[in-house]
Amino acid sequence: MVVKVYGPIQAACPQRVLACLFEFGVDFELITVDLDSNEHKQPDFLQKQPFGQVPVVEDGEFRLFESRAIIRYYATKYGDKNRNLYGTTLEEKALVDQWLEVEAHHFNDMVYTIVLQKLVIPKMGGRTDFDLVHNCEKKLEQVFDIYEQRLSKNNYLAGNWFTLADLSHLPGIRYLMNECELGHLVRDRKKVNLWWDDISNRPAWKKVMQMFNGQG
Amino acid sequence: MATPPVKVYGPPLSTAVSRVLVCLLEKDVPFQLVPVNMAKMEHKKPDYVKMQPFGQVPAFQDDDITLFESRAICRYLAEKYPNKGTAGLFGTNPLVKASIDQWLEAESQSFNPPSSVLTFQLFFAPLMKLKQDEALIKQNEAKLEKVLDVYENRLGSSRYLAGDEFTLADLSHLPNTQFLVEKTDKAELFTSRKNVGRWWSEISTRPAWKKVVEMQNA
Repeated sequence: MVVKVYGPIQAACPQRVLACLFEFGVDFELITVDLDSNEHKQPDFLQKQPFGQVPVVEDGEFRLFESRAIIRYYATKYGDKNRNLYGTTLEEKALVDQWLEVEAHHFNDMVYTIVLQKLVIPKMGGRTDFDLVHNCEKKLEQVFDIYEQRLSKNNYLAGNWFTLADLSHLPGIRYLMNECELGHLVRDRKKVNLWWDDISNRPAWKKVMQMFNGQG
Repeated sequence: MATPPVKVYGPPLSTAVSRVLVCLLEKDVPFQLVPVNMAKMEHKKPDYVKMQPFGQVPAFQDDDITLFESRAICRYLAEKYPNKGTAGLFGTNPLVKASIDQWLEAESQSFNPPSSVLTFQLFFAPLMKLKQDEALIKQNEAKLEKVLDVYENRLGSSRYLAGDEFTLADLSHLPNTQFLVEKTDKAELFTSRKNVGRWWSEISTRPAWKKVVEMQNA
């Protein structure tokens, strides 16, 4: 049975899930949800995801939302295929969870605000709050300084293997490097730069990008 | 008596610290609470930042591991001690665990942001003699109402958020809700919703949480 993933390929959270499914070679079907026409706020969709957000995943009778819960589930389910993605010991797993929380709170909040202000609001006819964008950028500088320190001691955030914690950053950093024009946050930092080049060249992420560019 | 290997750094009044404390108490895991004087910026000093690079509380140590981020610490404790204290905090099979993770993420992404702003604006700001932002309060109250509407619906068909047992997903809501219900005029957000009110009444009267509140009021 093929896993159904509901959400547009352009959105960060569905991309997070797809990257994970590709890492484990899990067959899926992407069912687009049109955010522009508010499809995610319609009763049919709210039945699946009561907060009216993407993605939601249907795996047979089982339904799950929140992208970081979804990737934890599949990394556990297919742990045999790639043990390192969610750690092989209790302590390793705790570090993956820790850096996943860092991405969810310290990193994501800032990126989300920047994307909302620079891309979504103008598209809806509103005005960007550039002060807010600037503040978020400053906070991200601090976050990336911490990442630079961390990555000077380890190849990846949670240790010396690529894990869900690194994967979780892929969609957000892609936005920063492209539409948000804040690539310097990554390029100015030696270790962060190396790390980004490494994780963004993984075959699984490249497959997500192929879909994003309309080729998959 | 031997010193417990588990150390939690930070004041019990901090919502994130109290999240870890209630988990330790639910799991019956002995611990040492190490004070961090935030008024004196101890959490920004090099010794502390070595443990928690973002300079926030809590930091956590157990045997050889140092951890931060309260929800990661809770997951670690629930996994390390599945059969100690309250069992089922993190589920007994992968599907239940996924449901718990889902609602834990919902707490972290949807409930926490507006409830944290309200907690800060309505409880901590007056305490710290800071000016309140009325527009921000109104905006976040509206956001929280929408989240609680989702919870009201969910808790109409499920005793707790992830299912029929108390889990990390419910536990994670205790700190912010305690402040909003007991220390601000926003209790009604919770108590006016029948199912949310019932759920709050059940989870907040658990002995472990009552002990944490005692520690906060000490």
